[in-house]
Amino acid sequence: MSALQSDIWTLNMGPQHPSTHGVIRFILRTDGEIISDADPDIGFLHRGMEKIAELIPYASFMPYTDRLDYLAAINMNWGWALAVEKLAGIEVPRRAEFLRVITGELNRISSHLIGVGALASDMGAFTPFLHAIRDRERINDLFEEICGARLTYNYCRIGGVSEDAPPGWLNRLGDFLDYYEPMIDVFNDLITNNKIFVERLRKVAPVSAQMAIDYGLVGPNLRGSGVKFDLRKQEPYSIYPELEFDIPVGIGYHHGDLGSCFDRYMVRIEEIRQSVKIIRQCLKVIPEGEIIAKVPRTLKPPAGEVYCRTEAPRGEVGFYVISDGSPKPARVKIRTGSWSAMSIIRDLSRGWMIADLVAIIGSLDIVAPEVDR
Amino acid sequence: MKQTIDIVINQYLIAKWPVLSKVPMWAYYLLWMLIIGAIILGVASLIAGIASWVERRVAGRMQSRIGPNRVGPIGFFQWIADGLKCLFKEDVTPTNVDWPLFRFAPYLVFIGMFGAWAVLPYSARIYAADLNVGILYIMAITSLVVIGILMGGWASGNKWSLFGAIRSSAQIVSYEVPAGLAVTTMILVSGTMSMQGMVKAQTGPLGIFGWNIFNNPFTCIAFFVYFIAAIAEGNRTPFDLPEAESELVAGYNTEYSGMRFVFFFFAEWANMFLIGAVSATLFFGGWQGPFANPDTWWGVTIGGAYFFGKACFFIFVLIWIRWTLPRLRVDQLMAMCWKYLVPIGFVCLIGSLLWMSIFGNRIFFGLISAVATGM
Repeated sequence: MSALQSDIWTLNMGPQHPSTHGVIRFILRTDGEIISDADPDIGFLHRGMEKIAELIPYASFMPYTDRLDYLAAINMNWGWALAVEKLAGIEVPRRAEFLRVITGELNRISSHLIGVGALASDMGAFTPFLHAIRDRERINDLFEEICGARLTYNYCRIGGVSEDAPPGWLNRLGDFLDYYEPMIDVFNDLITNNKIFVERLRKVAPVSAQMAIDYGLVGPNLRGSGVKFDLRKQEPYSIYPELEFDIPVGIGYHHGDLGSCFDRYMVRIEEIRQSVKIIRQCLKVIPEGEIIAKVPRTLKPPAGEVYCRTEAPRGEVGFYVISDGSPKPARVKIRTGSWSAMSIIRDLSRGWMIADLVAIIGSLDIVAPEVDR
Repeated sequence: MKQTIDIVINQYLIAKWPVLSKVPMWAYYLLWMLIIGAIILGVASLIAGIASWVERRVAGRMQSRIGPNRVGPIGFFQWIADGLKCLFKEDVTPTNVDWPLFRFAPYLVFIGMFGAWAVLPYSARIYAADLNVGILYIMAITSLVVIGILMGGWASGNKWSLFGAIRSSAQIVSYEVPAGLAVTTMILVSGTMSMQGMVKAQTGPLGIFGWNIFNNPFTCIAFFVYFIAAIAEGNRTPFDLPEAESELVAGYNTEYSGMRFVFFFFAEWANMFLIGAVSATLFFGGWQGPFANPDTWWGVTIGGAYFFGKACFFIFVLIWIRWTLPRLRVDQLMAMCWKYLVPIGFVCLIGSLLWMSIFGNRIFFGLISAVATGM
């Protein structure tokens, strides 16, 4: 708070606010434009996902995982499928693993496109957002071909994936990557290297590595603070050990502070490049074969418990599943990235301006349904 | 102008119908003013409406989408459709507003913007008024907009609106300073405050090389100072903090609906033309250009075309900037004004003074040719 103490205003930001990225509400206490407290009020999108999981068979929960994070549905499907496969000891065919990695990384690109585009739009530049949407449309077209849906894909199955790639799909995917890779640089020219944009973000709300770990930040938000932690490398699953890719981390891009909003943004841009690289490698070596393992119609995993975590676009997604040997899980606990990102906002936004709060929310890439579940 | 009216009244009207001589002269002047006002209002509405359509089309192109294309050929009548829609909409006055202020604010914004159109030199013979303090009048009357915006934001009874209004007033008042400095430089160079006088002072070879922007290096810088400050005064991206869609939702006009909302928007697009017109007049020779001879009727027509062409070019630049750049933060906005634009403005003013005292009234190109020919 400044030395010129004036009235503290209580201001209601949301739940219907364009920059809260969904139905999230902040109760702001501001001294002029400067925030003295931002109290997050969540739960507007709570759908009781974890309870629903206890009421239905394992396989039936798959479409619900789409709605955990609708921008990265396949990564959510994948997390659930992996958890159940680990619990029931199911071996996934190799082609299915490749298809999962390809679609998962493709979904990561489309999710990050929305993330960086929305941040640009929050900063007042609407054109980059629509350019990101334009490229995402082409990814959606590819997804529509392979699984029939454009948003809630429901593509993974326990033991594999639902559909094989249609004829020519892999070539079309290659064409898309050829088109898209130069577009990353075009996007950077349009907004990332823009002086105003950089100045708005590069010193705003830095998160130190220790603070990021303390608050349990995951994914690009954690890596933005310079912590080189990616589950695809640290606890590799699927075919990630065979693939070659780097983990981009925040280094204080454009002479900014380490872990600032701009670092989190840049980590996403660099991850898009890495995802393109991963998909290209997969396209070269994808084998023919089965796409789904033989799984009994009524899956009854042996009694036990498993915690399985995967790297989704918004960071670690953990499914903690307890089985009592019946066809339905006894308990499911879901851990998502936006949840921990949400908890840091209150500490992070103190002393910054309202315009910076918008940048903070945007750079943490929070998606409301992932917070509330 | 007064002579023209007197000639019309005496020679045509009174000569034909002698009974009209009993009508006092001020009534004729009043009628004349009303007619001119109505014509300018019509032109302004037309330009503002078309500018809104152009903006949406251009924005669509820039964002790889189509833009309005349903109403009329390539959606040209979209602005009429939107205007009609807003006319028929309910004019909501929320319960906890300060309603006299709330209702009056849009008109104040509108008057501030529209009043400035009276002194614009559309062409050598086409103008409503040629005040001897024309540019000062423009600076003064556009300041009414601040009062209107502050009134609207305050009276809305909405904290977000008030934020927008406070930001807006801080911004517009601050940016008046660099704009004023740039304008002062131009007054200095032209030696007059009258808009027509300023255009006439820019006569030069081909009608181009006399433009003030070519006068000396400082006037060239002054143009950019003025243009940036004018964008900020017009509340457009990258200085659209008062509206800041992603921060304040809509700023001071959040609570407005129907025709009152249109008044705010009309003012915005009318202001775009105003920025273009004033930039053209001060720096780019107004209606000056090749063959724009002010003594012949076709020269006047061409001059008018030059004027509108220049103004339209600036409208396009404004749209281009708006859909390319992100938005500044409040403190950065203020820093840019007081730390950069104001000192640069002073440099322009003093630099131009020195230039004129050393080289006289000789413009830059004249100086080069003089040097080339060995003085």
